[in-house]
Amino acid sequence: MSADQTITAVAAPALPRRRFRLPLAGIIGAGVVGFWVVIAIIGPYIVPHDVGALVDDDLFGRMRWALPLGSDYLGRDVLSRIIIGARYSIGVAAAATFLAVFMGGTLGMLAAVSRGAVDMALSRFFDALISIPSKMSALVVIAALGSSIPVLVGTVAVIYTPGAFRIWRALAVNVNALDFVEVARARGEGTGYLIREEILPNIAGPVLTDFGLRFVFAMLLLSGLSFLGLGVQPPNADWGSLVRENINGLADGALAVVMPAVAIASVTIGVNLVIDNLPGRWSSTGEH
Amino acid sequence: MSMVVVRLVLSRIAIAILTLGFVSVAVFVGTEILPGDVAEAILGQGATPEAVAGLRAALHLDQPAHIRYFLWLGGLLSGDPGRSLVNNLPVAELIASRLPNSLMLAAVTAVVCVPIALTLGILSAVWRGSLFDRAANFLTTSIVAVPEFLIATLAVIVFAVRLRWFPALSYAAGIISLDQFFRLFALPVFTLSCVLTAWMMRMTRAAMIDTLRSSYVEMAVLKGARPMRVVLTHALPNTIGPIANAVALSLSYLLGGAIIVEIVFNYPGLARLLVDAVSTRDMPLVQACVMIFCSAYLYLLMLADIAGILSNPRLRHR
Repeated sequence: MSADQTITAVAAPALPRRRFRLPLAGIIGAGVVGFWVVIAIIGPYIVPHDVGALVDDDLFGRMRWALPLGSDYLGRDVLSRIIIGARYSIGVAAAATFLAVFMGGTLGMLAAVSRGAVDMALSRFFDALISIPSKMSALVVIAALGSSIPVLVGTVAVIYTPGAFRIWRALAVNVNALDFVEVARARGEGTGYLIREEILPNIAGPVLTDFGLRFVFAMLLLSGLSFLGLGVQPPNADWGSLVRENINGLADGALAVVMPAVAIASVTIGVNLVIDNLPGRWSSTGEH
Repeated sequence: MSMVVVRLVLSRIAIAILTLGFVSVAVFVGTEILPGDVAEAILGQGATPEAVAGLRAALHLDQPAHIRYFLWLGGLLSGDPGRSLVNNLPVAELIASRLPNSLMLAAVTAVVCVPIALTLGILSAVWRGSLFDRAANFLTTSIVAVPEFLIATLAVIVFAVRLRWFPALSYAAGIISLDQFFRLFALPVFTLSCVLTAWMMRMTRAAMIDTLRSSYVEMAVLKGARPMRVVLTHALPNTIGPIANAVALSLSYLLGGAIIVEIVFNYPGLARLLVDAVSTRDMPLVQACVMIFCSAYLYLLMLADIAGILSNPRLRHR
């Protein structure tokens, strides 16, 4: 987490202090994402019912004042379970993304600044790694180690490291070719200084955008794994697990199945709306 | 075809084979980091040390890792990836019973998607910036951004529960009539098609826009050719390479998407076999299934690149 703070702290002064207006769609997206982040943080203090408590005699009960989203396959409160699920869905995905971007970003900038053999070796290695579909890597690791939250965070972080490496390296290579980096290099500055003071502040915008996209991928992968029963394990449940455990209510069109899936979609679409509406200099498409 | 093209294509094939070798090492290492002993896991706690030692020898577990890797790879290549740890059936047999179903699902989906996606992609490139283009763009972005099981569950609620057009589950067992065939495949294919069409359409649109921006298209427009003619005779022939590339790349999505769809609709395909194998930790089965999926993925990526090489006129007419 501290790595991320340094990134933003160093980045801020380098960006021109121009105020930009986010278009309406972007504001809506940011609002939705912000809402869920707040819910994830204050969740345990605002749940109307205990997540494990059986509060309804009916299974897949209808919505009413006490249970705004009805009850699930055991008669538990769906709203409370979604509120607590936010912690797992957003928390695990965010932790994995931080880790992936930290590892991929550091190595990517290192490769760009070192050039030569280091760059070659790292690039080839990550190119080979990226040729394994993400779901396959996840399934192999979970088959071997079983599923727990540390395994999930680690696996998803490793899966998205090559992608982060590619983008950070491509952006850093562009900056690395500019005169002021050559000047710093000629001054005799070390690799660490070049990365921290010369490269990082100048690619901060695009890499933050990339962070958002990678978070969406991570969240979709994790919820997919949970839906398969291979992600977050009971008694804990993220939104993917909620869809899975209530899948029998599908024939009745129960809210217990639909709402967790809609919650995932609201976060991922929200992040996409923010990214799509950021000003051009934040775009991370420099990769192509 | 010139020598340059042949050499490029051959080197692309060589890269694919090398990558597949790397993937096989990664899969083997990944499944071998399992803590604990497979032989003990199979025989249970009450097993005698002699029985465990015997099984270890039978499974080649007493050999060093690199020997086991080559034994395993040799088995895969000769069509004998070992036996399932769970029910002791040959892995090859289990896969043979599921693979045709998965190929069928993929084939039906591809046949449905490719014409729709290409038409929509080209139209939105031609009418870029129009209301149609922006609506299509929003829709495809949203579909790509939501989990597959949301689309699958919504499809079930709308088509199976409310409208009662199709059954919510699909069983492809025994001889079925054409009508049944259609009803069973409808929802799985619909779900996969939504996402696949979205991917393919976005990539087709990008490829087409690239061509429409070129100077010879501008020339055709300036000399007064009708829009339809500009697109069909000037732009389209030069976009076939990039579009073939886009089609191959988006078809690789089918591999991952099939996992969720086969589970939701209880479809007896290879992906469901893999997920079951992962939950029972049936390593030989996991390894074989993952290798099949990864080979298919690499094969599609290779086809995409070769389409790109073959369609480059500068290379073709040298």
